[in-house]
Amino acid sequence: MRDISLSSLLFTLSSPLKGSSMTDAALPLQPDAAAVERPKSQSTLTRVVQYTGLRMIAMFITILIGVYLTIIIANMGGHVDNIRRGYIREMVAISTGQSDEFRNMTAQERREHVDKLVALQEKRMGLDQPFLLRSFRFLWGAMILDLGWADNMSSDSGSRQVRNIILERLPATLLLFSTSFLMLFFVGIFVALYLSRNYGSRLDRVIIGLAPTSAAPSWFYGLFFILLFAALLGWFPFGGLVSAPPPDTVTGYALSVLNHMVLPVIAIFFSAIFLGIYGQRTFFLIFSNEDYVDMARAKGLSDRVVERRYIMRPTLPTIVTGLALSIIGLWFGSIVLETIFNWPGLGRLFYLATNIFETSVIVGSTVIYAYLLGITVFFLDIVYALLDPRVKVGGSPGGQV
Amino acid sequence: MTALRRTLAALSQYPSAVAGLAIIAAMVLFSIYVVIAIPYSEAIDLWRGGEGVWLENPRTAKPKWVNLFPGVNLPETMVLGPAGESDDASADAPADASVQKERQAVSEEMTDVITTFTFDYSADDFPQEISLFLTSEHERKRPLVSLTWLTPDGREIRIADVTVEGPVTVRFSQEEKLARRLDGERAEIGLFADPASDQDDPMPLKGTYRLVAAGLVFEDDADVDARLVVYGQVYGLAGTDHLRRDLMLALMWGMPVALAFGLLAAVGTSVSTFIVAAIGVWFGGIVDAAIQRITEVNLILPALPILIMVGLFYSRSIWVMLAVIIALSVFSSGIKTSRAVFLQIKESPYFEAARAYGAGNFRIIFLYLIPRLIPTLVPGFVVAIPSFVFLEATLAVLNLGDPLLPTWGKVLSDARVNDALYQGNYYWVLEPAALLLVSGLGFSMVGFALDRVFNPRLRDL
Repeated sequence: MRDISLSSLLFTLSSPLKGSSMTDAALPLQPDAAAVERPKSQSTLTRVVQYTGLRMIAMFITILIGVYLTIIIANMGGHVDNIRRGYIREMVAISTGQSDEFRNMTAQERREHVDKLVALQEKRMGLDQPFLLRSFRFLWGAMILDLGWADNMSSDSGSRQVRNIILERLPATLLLFSTSFLMLFFVGIFVALYLSRNYGSRLDRVIIGLAPTSAAPSWFYGLFFILLFAALLGWFPFGGLVSAPPPDTVTGYALSVLNHMVLPVIAIFFSAIFLGIYGQRTFFLIFSNEDYVDMARAKGLSDRVVERRYIMRPTLPTIVTGLALSIIGLWFGSIVLETIFNWPGLGRLFYLATNIFETSVIVGSTVIYAYLLGITVFFLDIVYALLDPRVKVGGSPGGQV
Repeated sequence: MTALRRTLAALSQYPSAVAGLAIIAAMVLFSIYVVIAIPYSEAIDLWRGGEGVWLENPRTAKPKWVNLFPGVNLPETMVLGPAGESDDASADAPADASVQKERQAVSEEMTDVITTFTFDYSADDFPQEISLFLTSEHERKRPLVSLTWLTPDGREIRIADVTVEGPVTVRFSQEEKLARRLDGERAEIGLFADPASDQDDPMPLKGTYRLVAAGLVFEDDADVDARLVVYGQVYGLAGTDHLRRDLMLALMWGMPVALAFGLLAAVGTSVSTFIVAAIGVWFGGIVDAAIQRITEVNLILPALPILIMVGLFYSRSIWVMLAVIIALSVFSSGIKTSRAVFLQIKESPYFEAARAYGAGNFRIIFLYLIPRLIPTLVPGFVVAIPSFVFLEATLAVLNLGDPLLPTWGKVLSDARVNDALYQGNYYWVLEPAALLLVSGLGFSMVGFALDRVFNPRLRDL
C-alpha cells in the first residue's frame, strides 16, 4: 500500500538532481531541525550529536502523536470498549451462574449482584472513566511499554503481561528482518554497481526485466518457495523456528534455526531485490554521466576510486533512504509472511491475537509497530546525517556547502 | 487524444509494455464477460451456497487437465440417473453409461422396482466417494431398497438394505456392514479393487460395473427413484475446494474484484496525495508545514495493523477496507516526491500571469498546477495497482477478506487453512497465485515502461 520504494525512487529521478528539491524528494524527513544557525567553530562531532538530539526529540513527538492516533483508531469511538464490556458481563454472569453461593438468591438479587460485580470489574479496568482521560493514561502506558494484560493469551514463560508476550516474540522478528535487510542492502549495492558497469549486457537486461516481479509481497513468494523447496523437494522445513524437539546443543540449535530461516529470508529477499537493484542501478547510471565523474576519469583516477568517491558517495543517502523505506513495507509484510511460515514473531502473534480477538495484544502490537517504524525512520535520519555532507558541516539544507 | 496516441506509440517500443497492455486488455474484457455471465448476486449465492448447491462435486478435486500429464489417469465424477430423465441433462453422465428401470410384480401387493446402473470404469485410481440418492413416492408403507454391486469379473457384493423415507442418501463408505464385508477396506477402494492386485497397494479393476438397486414397494402407485454419484478425483477446469465448490467461480469472479479494487485504490490514493501536495506547495507557509508534519506522523502509523483492526472490529466489507486504505494513504510519502516537482514548476511565469488576471487559488491549483504534472502521476499510479491487488489478497489470507465475495485471496486463504501445500493439493494454491502474479506483472510492466516514457532521463537507460 505504500509503494514508497519504487515511486519515491522513480519520482526522484524526474526532478533535477541537484539542489534542494532532490533532498526533499529523497528524504522522508529533511534536516530542517538542523538548520539552526551555529557558530562555525563547532566540531563535526558536536554538530552530529546536536543534530541527533534534535531529531530524537522530533521523532519522540512524532511517535507520541502516532501512538495516540493508533490508540484512538484502535478504540474506534468506544467500539472496543463495548466489546470488552460485553465480555466482562458475560464472564461475570457465567461465574455467578455456576457458583453455588448464589443459588439461594432471587433473580432480582442476582441481577443486582451481577451489576455490582460488572461495575467493579469495569472500574478495575478503568472503563468507567471518560475515554479522553483513559486514552492519555493508555498513551503514557504505551510510551513506557506498559501495555496491560492479556485475557486469553500468555507468553511461553507464562506471563500474561502484554509487554512480555510481545517482547518474547520480538527477537524472532528482528532476526528474520535484520538478516534480510543486510542481504538486500549489500547484494543490492554490489549487483547494481556491477550492472551499471556492464550496462546493457544480457544479465543487466534480465535483472531489469525482473523488476516488475517486486509487485508481489514476500508472503506470496513464500508460498511458492514452500511449494518448491519444502513440499516437492523436501530440502527445507515447511515452517517454524526450530525443529521439534529442539536440539540440545547450542550449535545444533543455531543450525536448526538457520535451516528454518532460509525460506522466509529468501522470500523477503526475492520480493524486494530486483526493484532495489533497478532503482540503484538507475541512480548509479545517472550519476556516472555527471560532468565531475568525467573530470575524475580524465584526471586518471582508477575506476574503483571513481566509483567509490564520485558515484557511490552522492547516491548513498538516497539509496539508504529507499532501502529503509522498503523496510517499513517489510514490517507489514511480516504479518502474513510469519503466519505462512509459522515463524513465532511479532507478525504471527498479531495474527493469532486477531483470531481470538485479544484486544490488548492487538493494540499493543500496533503500538510496537509504530515504535519500530519510528525507530527505523530515526536511524534513517542518523545514517543520513552521517552520509550527507550538508548535514555534517551544519549548512542549511539545500544551502551553499 | 493526441497525447494518448503519442504515449501508446512510445509504449509500443517496449515489448514488455505491449505484453502488459495485452494482459490488461484481456483482463478487462474477461471481467466484463464474467460480470455479465454470472451476475453479482448469483455469484454470491453460489459461493455461499454450501454443500447443497455443490452436492454432486467431489471435495478438493484436482482440475481435469491433470489427466493430460503422462501417467496420470484420475477418475472423473460420474452422475447416473435417475432413469427416465434424458441422460444428457446431466453433463457428468458418461457416454458409455446407462440407467435402466423396470417394474416386476412379485405378488399382488409387492412390486420390485429395479434400477440398474451400468458404467465403464477405466481410471488408474479409485473414486473419492460413492453416494446413492434415493427418493420415493409412497402413501404409507415405506419401500425397501436392497443394493447389489456387480464387478467386471463377476463378483456380487451386497451393499445395504435401506428403507426409503423421504430423500435418503446412502454413502457407501459409511455402511458398516459393507465395510465388514470388505475386510475393513474403505468402500470406494474395496468395491473397485482388483482382487489380483497387491493388498497393500490395491489397483482398480477396469471394466464394466453394475449397481442394482432393487426397490420393493408395497403399494400400486409407489415408486423409487435413484441417482448414483461416483465422485471422481478431478473436476472441471479449476478443481474444487474443501466445500465441494467449483474454484472456477472464485477464479473468474476474482478478476473483476481485483481490477476494481486495485484501480479504485490506486486512483484514490494517488489523486488525493497529488492534490494535497499541490495545495501544500501553492499555499506554502503553515499549510505546507502542517502537511509535511502530518506526513511524517502518517509515515509511522502502522497501516496494515490498523487496517486489520478495522476489519476485525468494524466491517470486513471490501469497500470499507478500500475507504480506510485511501484515508491512510492520503498523507503518504508520495507527497514528498510530488511536492519536490511542484515546487519547481510553481516558479513558472504563467502562474504569475494567471494571478495577474485574477485567478483564484483553487482555479490555479486544479487548472494550472495539477494538469502540468499528471504525466508524472501516471507511472506511479499504474505501478501502484498491483500492490493493492496483492493487499486485498493479504487481507484475505489474514481471514479479513470480504465475507461475501469470492476473491483470489480467499481461495489462497482457504488453501492455506486447509494445508493444501502440505497435502499435495498444489492446484489450489497455484491457480489463484498464477492469476495474481500475471495480473500484477501486467500492470507493473506497463508502469515501468510508462515511467521511461514520461521520464526522459530514464529513456536511454
